[in-house]
Amino acid sequence: MLQKVYDWIDERVDITPIWRDIADHEVPEHVNPAHHFSAFVYCFGGLTFFVLVIQILSGMFLTMYYVADIENAWRSVYYLQTEVAHGQIVRGMHHWGASVLIVMLLLHTMRVFFQGAYKKPRELNWMVGVLIFFIILGLGFTGYLLPWDNKAYFATQVGLDIAEQVPFIGEHLKTLLAGDPNIIGAATLARFFAIHVFFLPAALFALLAVHFILIRRQGIAGPL
Amino acid sequence: MNEKKQQVSRRQFLNYTLTGVGGFMAAGVLVPMLRFAVDPVLQPSSKGDFVNVGLAVEDITSEPQRIEWQVVQEDAWNKSEVTKVAWVFRNDDGEIIAHSPICKHLGCFVTWEGSEDYPNEYFCPCHDGRYYKDGTNVPNTPPMAPLDEYEQRIENGMLYLGDPKPRGEA
Repeated sequence: MLQKVYDWIDERVDITPIWRDIADHEVPEHVNPAHHFSAFVYCFGGLTFFVLVIQILSGMFLTMYYVADIENAWRSVYYLQTEVAHGQIVRGMHHWGASVLIVMLLLHTMRVFFQGAYKKPRELNWMVGVLIFFIILGLGFTGYLLPWDNKAYFATQVGLDIAEQVPFIGEHLKTLLAGDPNIIGAATLARFFAIHVFFLPAALFALLAVHFILIRRQGIAGPL
Repeated sequence: MNEKKQQVSRRQFLNYTLTGVGGFMAAGVLVPMLRFAVDPVLQPSSKGDFVNVGLAVEDITSEPQRIEWQVVQEDAWNKSEVTKVAWVFRNDDGEIIAHSPICKHLGCFVTWEGSEDYPNEYFCPCHDGRYYKDGTNVPNTPPMAPLDEYEQRIENGMLYLGDPKPRGEA
């Protein structure tokens, strides 16, 4: 059945070559843990992506109940976590996944750094990777405010004060992020939500596409 | 290789194993999320309690009168008081009838004698839908069904109303 559906599409648009380009490629011996167990360090990039997929999925489902509004944010989170079936699991995946994602991202970055895999001709991909790193930190920062509890509020207070320390543009940067020069409130929550679910993910997807296309074009760095 | 023994090749074995393990992991991630999303569909439909609407049975006349009462509505994390409306009267057989004001055409609110042109009828201002006093829709006006009737109960001489129920085709 599945084969027939595939053949039907393939006959018309010839997707097999596309599929082959994406999925069918040799894994060099030095990155295959079956040959050298220490090659498991090459898994961290893939694991980062795997956790990211979980973050995207669980985040999409959370927005079915979450409301980014100072009156309702905390109550909607409390409701989805205590009243909705599996709410604790779905929110838990997003909460813990956020930390695991940053751990994996760091491990992946350290592997590339200590193996010198960022060297020519892969500097561009390293730079894209650093941008992805910052975007994921931004996702962590903006997502932290959304439950709108005390920890979220004061963590954002601290974060915005740090942003304010930037020379020359600090105050403007803080206002741009918070939506108000002094208040962390309605405007801040709405903005952080918009940044968290629209702006940063859009930038992240674009950069991830570049990251993956580059690694496929340049191939993985050779053995040490 | 023995034809009858149909050995599983190394490649097949790995394919099956990886698909199985991968499918199990994907299901572990997706099932809680899907159950989370469909939760409202699986909630038992709440049976409305009968509410004292503040109308004594002896005050019910043969003329439909508009009554309002408040019920507490629980909407996810939001609790609020909502106003409900009914048109209550005694019909010619002496039975108490409580009509829902929701028009069966597109859901506007009907009013008893809401139009000077149609006395002794319910009238809906949205598309000139009309109903006779017993709630039956006037033929050749937009509504396709009679007005819903509230379930009712009388306790200590007071009228209690429940959920509106469709009366079926007239």
